Amino acid sequence: MPNIRELSLSRRIKNHFATGVAIGASVLVLAPLLAIFGYLVYKGIGSINIAFLTETPKPVGEAGGGMANAIVGSALILGIGSLVGVPLGIGAGIYVAEIGRGTFAKVVRFTADVLNGVPSIVIGMAVYALVVIRQSHFSAGAGGIALGIMMIPTIARTTEEMLLMVPHTIREAALGLGIPQWRTTLSIALRTAASGVITGVMLAFARVAGETAPLLFTAFGNQFWNLNPNEPTAALPLQIFVYAISPFDEWHKQAWAGSLVLITLIVGAVFMVRLATSRGMMKGARN
Amino acid sequence: MGVGIEVKNLNAWFGKAHALKDINMRIPTNQATAIIGPSGCGKSTYVRCLNRMHETIPEATVEGMVHVGDFNVYGRQTSAVDVRRRIGMVFQKPNPFPAYSIYDNVAAGLKLNGFRKRRELDQVVERSLGQAALWDEVKDVLHKKSGASLSGGQQQRLCIARALAVEPEVLLMDEPASALDPISTGKIEELIFQLKEQYTVVIVTHNMQQAARVADWTGFFLMGSLIEFDRTERIFTTPSDKRTEDYITGRFG
Amino acid sequence: MMRTRFLQGLDELKHKLLQMGGLAEQAIERATEAYLKRDPKLCYAVFESETGINSAEREIDELALDLMAMQQPMAGDLRFILACVKINADLERVGDQAVNIAERTLDLIREPEVDFRVDVGRMAGSVSTMVRRALESFVEGKAEVAEAVLEMDNIVDRMKDEAFVTLTNVMKEHPEQSQRALDVLLITRNLERVADHATNIAEDVIFWVRGADVRHGGPHHLQIDDRTPKSSNM
Repeated sequence: MPNIRELSLSRRIKNHFATGVAIGASVLVLAPLLAIFGYLVYKGIGSINIAFLTETPKPVGEAGGGMANAIVGSALILGIGSLVGVPLGIGAGIYVAEIGRGTFAKVVRFTADVLNGVPSIVIGMAVYALVVIRQSHFSAGAGGIALGIMMIPTIARTTEEMLLMVPHTIREAALGLGIPQWRTTLSIALRTAASGVITGVMLAFARVAGETAPLLFTAFGNQFWNLNPNEPTAALPLQIFVYAISPFDEWHKQAWAGSLVLITLIVGAVFMVRLATSRGMMKGARN
Repeated sequence: MGVGIEVKNLNAWFGKAHALKDINMRIPTNQATAIIGPSGCGKSTYVRCLNRMHETIPEATVEGMVHVGDFNVYGRQTSAVDVRRRIGMVFQKPNPFPAYSIYDNVAAGLKLNGFRKRRELDQVVERSLGQAALWDEVKDVLHKKSGASLSGGQQQRLCIARALAVEPEVLLMDEPASALDPISTGKIEELIFQLKEQYTVVIVTHNMQQAARVADWTGFFLMGSLIEFDRTERIFTTPSDKRTEDYITGRFG
Repeated sequence: MMRTRFLQGLDELKHKLLQMGGLAEQAIERATEAYLKRDPKLCYAVFESETGINSAEREIDELALDLMAMQQPMAGDLRFILACVKINADLERVGDQAVNIAERTLDLIREPEVDFRVDVGRMAGSVSTMVRRALESFVEGKAEVAEAVLEMDNIVDRMKDEAFVTLTNVMKEHPEQSQRALDVLLITRNLERVADHATNIAEDVIFWVRGADVRHGGPHHLQIDDRTPKSSNM
């Protein structure tokens, strides 16, 4: 007859061991993140100053200069990308969740999943072939299109999942009131799923904000200010890449600084996502 | 003002399954009619055929005639949306719109159909919440609280107010109190008494005592057919059909 | 399951009512026998059995009340319980009448016997039969048997009227026998009341079985008054 006290002892030991493993795994996950961030701060903080954040790059050999145009350029390209990715992504999500029933919906879903797996450089090259070559110049627009395409699968999938989480009874209530189906989908279902959908959008945004490869052959980069979407434009990841592979020390330092700025901006975006999510979940949790 | 409902040769299917078999019924105006029967007998399906909610289910079909007053529910010119504006529905589980405030919940049926005049909306909201006996409890937090932050019984009354705001002629209630505690149930039943004066009420219920308390007329459904339809006192003291008697005395079902 | 308890409750109600019916029948027969045999011991036996009848009445009312409160009976079950409550009251009155008969009999026994040529025995026999048939109709749930009881009431009424004529004449012609004649007259009245109670029981059975209220000369079929044309599809 096993002693009750012995049993509980062996169970307690196993419990502690498992807890230890879990804690260990969490530490292992955090470690690279903290290491990277720490290293970036160490390497980059020295080069961040007002000039860095407000001036364009100086020619080779000259000291000083900044990545202001890259920061603004990234914003422009990401803006265009959102204009492409958000409507298409949400639209696809709505279609698959609310309207599509048969094979076409399955095709859409499958396509989104495949698109998600396509390497970003391939997307960049595709947009190069389809847009840049036809226009015979690089442009922020092309870069935006590439990033937009990359945003679509995440946004579509999140939108679909969030819409499916809206209880069917809510839709029934709306239909029962004599609200037409399309209005029900937009003003009731989508509205209820809104915070989740926004989360999806921000996640997609945060993800593509740091992409470099698709911009290589589309936005191409620019040493000067540019706000014209039809012209090649600077972007933070691009600028960092160019500086990092250059032989100049000065530029290496700026690359570190740029990386630090980029990560900070992305972390800031993710943080905002968390804030919005928690408020949204409280609303939904009351049901 | 309420209007009577006439149902003729109503049949309904879920794909190939014949869920409602040749239903004929005349539901009287400004009275409460209860629909009772064991699980799966078709009572919810029947009521959903009255406001054309049945057809929102894929592969669901209907045949037959339903007239609400002079209005032909299944007429060729009639859209389902029109029907549902005349026939309101309250569901078993309270389902207020969680993303909307109390005010917006009640106003939803009007606002989302293009009606936006603020002052008139205010009046409608107050009137509807009054009719649902909820006005006093929420009048100070109309815009601050979301529809989902109320208690279960309050939520259901909110759903009733929302349905009444579009001024239907008929109010359908599919087991409106089955998810509520006895006190909230009592309030809803009290409400039905008052609503009868203005609307024709049809209430599906599996609770026979509730049907006995609330309804003037009662219809007993079994396996998709209407077995008996009569004044409630008759059904519960001297039913004509043995199947009705067996059901209400608990011999089966 | 809740329904089994309810059905058991209904059975118990029926059983108890039948037992009480038996006590009431027995009381009448004993009182009649006491009159015919002029046996005071039988009279006292009737008095003793009265307590049994009264406590049975209380038990039955309580059981019926509980069943109604706890089980929310409907339709046939509801009518049955209501009928039981009423039959309960009628049976208790029958017991009371038996006591009255026994008391009158005791008075008669103290005086010398007179043959008034009123066949109390035959009347009592008919009355007992009525009570028995009424209880049978209850046990078997047969409205036809109950209807037969209603018919017999006329016979008993006639017997009572004949006795009335006979005995009032006796009182006129032989005043010294008035007291005893009056006692016998009252006994016939007691018996006629028992017949009425048997009739009530029969009417209650018909109400339970058919859902028709046939009291005070109502129709012997279901009323069809203010219903809409029945829209069922059977």
